[in-house]
Amino acid sequence: MYAFDFVRPTSVADAVAALGEADAQALGGGQTLIPALKQRLASPSTLVSLGAIAEIRGVCLDDDGRVCIGGGTTHATVARQAAAHYPALAAMAGRIGDPAVRNRGTLGGSLANNDPSACYPAAVLASNATVITNTRRIAADDYFQGMFTTALEEGELITEVRFPVPQAANYQKFVQPASRFALTAVFVARFADGVRVAVTGASEEGVFRWTEAEAALSDSFTPGALAALSVPADGMIDDLHGTPEYRAHLVRVLTGRAVAAAG
Amino acid sequence: MPKDHAPKDRGIGASSRRREDVRFLTGTGRYTDDINLHGQAHVAFVRSDVAHGRINAVDTEAAAAMPGVLRVFTAADFASAGGIPCGWQVTDRHGAVMKEPKHPILADGKVRHVGDPIAAVVAETYEQARDAAEAVVVDIEELPAVIDMKAAIEDDSPLVHDDLGTNLCYDWGFVEDNKAKVDAAFKAAHHVTTLELVNNRLIPNAMEPRVAVGDYAFGTGDHTLYTTSQNPHVIRLLMGAFVLGIPEHKLRVVAPDVGGGFGSKIFHYAEEAFVTFAAKALRRPVKWTCQRSESFMSDAHGRDHVTKIELALDAEGHFQAIRTETYANMGAYLSTFAPSVPTWLHGTLMAGNYKTPNIYVNVKAVFTNTVPVDAYRGAGRPEATYQLERVIDMAAREMGMDPIELRRKNFVTEFPYETPVAVVYDTGDYHATMDKLIEIADFAGFEARRAESAKKGLLRGLGINCYIEACGIAPSQLVGQLGARAGLYESATVRVNATGGVVVMTGSHSHGQGHETSFAQVISEMIGIQEDQVEIVHGDTANTPMGMGTYGSRSIAVGGSAMVKAATKVIDKARKIAAHLLEASDADIELKDGKFSVAGTDKSVEWGAVTLAAYVPHNYPLDQIEPGLEETAFYDPSNFTYPAGAYACEVEVDPDTGKVTVCRFAATDDFGNIINPMIVDGQVHGGIAQGIGQALLENASYDADGQLLSGSYMDYAMPRADDVPFYTVDHSCQTPCTHNPLGVKGCGEAGAIGTPPAVVNAVVDALQRAGHTHVTHIDMPLSPARVWAAMQTN
Ligand SMILES: Cc1cc2nc3c(=O)[nH]c(=O)nc-3n(C[C@H](O)[C@H](O)[C@H](O)COP(=O)(O)OP(=O)(O)OC[C@H]3O[C@@H](n4cnc5c(N)ncnc54)[C@H](O)[C@@H]3O)c2cc1C
Repeated sequence: MYAFDFVRPTSVADAVAALGEADAQALGGGQTLIPALKQRLASPSTLVSLGAIAEIRGVCLDDDGRVCIGGGTTHATVARQAAAHYPALAAMAGRIGDPAVRNRGTLGGSLANNDPSACYPAAVLASNATVITNTRRIAADDYFQGMFTTALEEGELITEVRFPVPQAANYQKFVQPASRFALTAVFVARFADGVRVAVTGASEEGVFRWTEAEAALSDSFTPGALAALSVPADGMIDDLHGTPEYRAHLVRVLTGRAVAAAG
Repeated sequence: MPKDHAPKDRGIGASSRRREDVRFLTGTGRYTDDINLHGQAHVAFVRSDVAHGRINAVDTEAAAAMPGVLRVFTAADFASAGGIPCGWQVTDRHGAVMKEPKHPILADGKVRHVGDPIAAVVAETYEQARDAAEAVVVDIEELPAVIDMKAAIEDDSPLVHDDLGTNLCYDWGFVEDNKAKVDAAFKAAHHVTTLELVNNRLIPNAMEPRVAVGDYAFGTGDHTLYTTSQNPHVIRLLMGAFVLGIPEHKLRVVAPDVGGGFGSKIFHYAEEAFVTFAAKALRRPVKWTCQRSESFMSDAHGRDHVTKIELALDAEGHFQAIRTETYANMGAYLSTFAPSVPTWLHGTLMAGNYKTPNIYVNVKAVFTNTVPVDAYRGAGRPEATYQLERVIDMAAREMGMDPIELRRKNFVTEFPYETPVAVVYDTGDYHATMDKLIEIADFAGFEARRAESAKKGLLRGLGINCYIEACGIAPSQLVGQLGARAGLYESATVRVNATGGVVVMTGSHSHGQGHETSFAQVISEMIGIQEDQVEIVHGDTANTPMGMGTYGSRSIAVGGSAMVKAATKVIDKARKIAAHLLEASDADIELKDGKFSVAGTDKSVEWGAVTLAAYVPHNYPLDQIEPGLEETAFYDPSNFTYPAGAYACEVEVDPDTGKVTVCRFAATDDFGNIINPMIVDGQVHGGIAQGIGQALLENASYDADGQLLSGSYMDYAMPRADDVPFYTVDHSCQTPCTHNPLGVKGCGEAGAIGTPPAVVNAVVDALQRAGHTHVTHIDMPLSPARVWAAMQTN
């Protein structure tokens, strides 16, 4: 690690002010950032810890029945506290990493990082959630802009994410054998006005919606509705763990399984 | 699941709890990284980030001026030092010795793999050393990387070592005189099965990364090296004599608690020589702690063979001949025992458990721009077993024969048995381990389990195989003829204290195996005292006799035998003292339950009274016996030991994703006599987990430029608890070794040797039964993607 200064503000306002300094960076749970620091791949001048900001932590329901989760809420907290409101989301959070990762890593950190194999982006996109920052509200469809790229501006903080609760939903994660991130994973959410299908781990462009499947499933929410569909292998990730063809195939298999499990 | 072991509560055959676990499990072990010496400085290595390149310049000026930096070292500082030596010289098919390039401590002129150390920065703190390491400016002209072994030995390949003129280290034929006969047997054969396969490269990943601390006392000129080693005496000899020119009496090597080795800590590494050298140069202790990411590119890797094997059979399925051609990756330099692994530890095992009259093994060892490859749990024997047991399975399928019956038809049944590949199996009973396997694996219930799996949409398969291995390495004169530059005996000193307690100083080294428990059980058995009266000391050249260390499942078979020899000398002497005290003749004295008695009388004297007399020799025959009770013995084995067994694996394959789940695993091993059944279970469990890791998960992969694609745990998959099932293991089939005093064979590697073919056979079986009849082989690791791809080609 290179040397850095460390501050631990207690409000979003103070954090945003601290992030105004040159090369300052927010520190959530550190589950992505600390390994990068240890490998000397990042050299912030100041780390602004979000760990002491109570206002961005916790899970609650708003008046519209949406599940609202603070940007600093850990995966473990979501797994516990969202279970009654949005079981598929809680189950997804409960399978991120290992207990240490879940007890440190946060929703805001995961979304800010937007790893192409991360789980939360699929949940946020499939749920048509709204990402709330210190300055604005960003619809999920506008938020994700490719691998490790988001709509966030420099120094902008995710303070909360609001998840509309679907009638039925399921997340199918097929793990990469080494990292146990998603080799490919699919989040299917069925709302009164249609079905949304978000895929992570598969595409070089990061999380994406499989719109053909959404249309077919909106007509008939059964695995059979996918029978005639296939996902093109073009643009899928090619690495040690799977070819583009394999990932494209998994998208269909996992979508079918998610529909079957969502019931 | 714990099970009831032998009812004995101490001594040979008791499942005594591992005494070392008290400190390991409570965080009170003392590992090399726990050693911090007064005034210690830290080193960070500048490592190559390209696989192959010419070093034009190394500019250390800026780095040397950084805060805390004591000195920056480069190859020039080691002009008078030797290269890292290789401990085994192989002679090729044509009688020429292998090509042996120099392996400098720091890269000299060229870098040859990603991770090759170029410079070393020593500073007050590790962070300062690391900061300064980044300021070392290395000007490297990148050269095309040599990665693919077959391309490497084409005429137009770039050279890893320019001065050798070739990338071929050796072209070994074994037994060369058999070749014509083997070829003739193939011509006459009724059926020939051919299989080409890859034995995947593995990264050992011991839980504890390597660490080395060098210390130098300028007042006395004594050097001390603390290091994570499986064999401190070997390091002392190699580094002292060949690299740094330090006589052994001025060099002490200490390998304290070591957190796993699996072979990777046998070898002498450049970092050890560096800290020893730098400690003297700087008159400061110098410490190096390997980062995990650094260990991926600096610990010797394992396996990495590309093989074609052919099996010739007659119409009834009797094996007529085996012919193999293997390309074995040496990596960029020859690691300590690298040349012996694909040859003497692989070719000699190609007969397996079967009486095949004609065998010819060809191995081409190749230099590439990759991390050196050397012995890794099993070392050569897993590679032999895998290809043999895969090709037998394939032959059975091709000939429409039952895979178990085909094996049984060819089992060696008479012992001693001399194979056509130059080893003599002293004893074994392969039908017995197979019978036992059929029982404990519940083959009878397989069809019902398969039907259950089918209901879930999963394809179930059953794989079986046998294995044999050569352990207890090794007879020194034999290995000397084969090119070893060391003897492979073992040593022990048994010191009895005045009050009767025993300390055994052994040349073996324990880095997780539980020697402190099992060795004490042997002494307890021999003398009849409690195990807690026995202490086992190992790991320090200053207080143990010259020993060759622990690898190749040799500790109990060779080190244990040395200890038995020394203890026998002690007991013989104690018997004489007892005879004196009891006023009887030696011949009439019996030792039982810690008591010497005169046969046929009720006269006896306690062990403790005899040992006290030895050190307080008042009533003592000083004219006939010296005082004291301490003896040393060296034991050089007359043959290898040959553990053997039969394994069965059941898998479920998800046809939609290709994911393989190991549902059941059974292992029957004949290890000869067993000292501690619980420890043996544990050794087998660990080996099976590693075998499942190789079969399904682990894959060290380089791209064409020589970058390690699986350079961290993000991409290199180690087996986790939920990747493996509960195992059913049995070692009740025991044919004791005929040539060592305990009748033991060694159990440390069996699991890693016997498991991969069982898993792969099971997956192929599952796919075959499901109608994927074209899938006759899939290369390890059988990742979901590979299994799925194999199913798509129908
Ligand atoms: C062993 C391991 C296994 C893992 N497995 C999985 C898995 O299976 N699935 C999965 O999805 N993830 C997995 N992860 C990643 C994990 O979920 C991380 O926690 C997450 O990616 C980052 O969250 P964090 O709070 O730790 O962020 P940090 O590491 O602290 O920060 C990451 C980035 O986000 C920024 N940031 C942090 N918080 C905010 C915020 N509120 N607003 C704006 N920017 C912010 C930081 O500046 C930094 O750039 C794994 C991680 C590890 C170490």
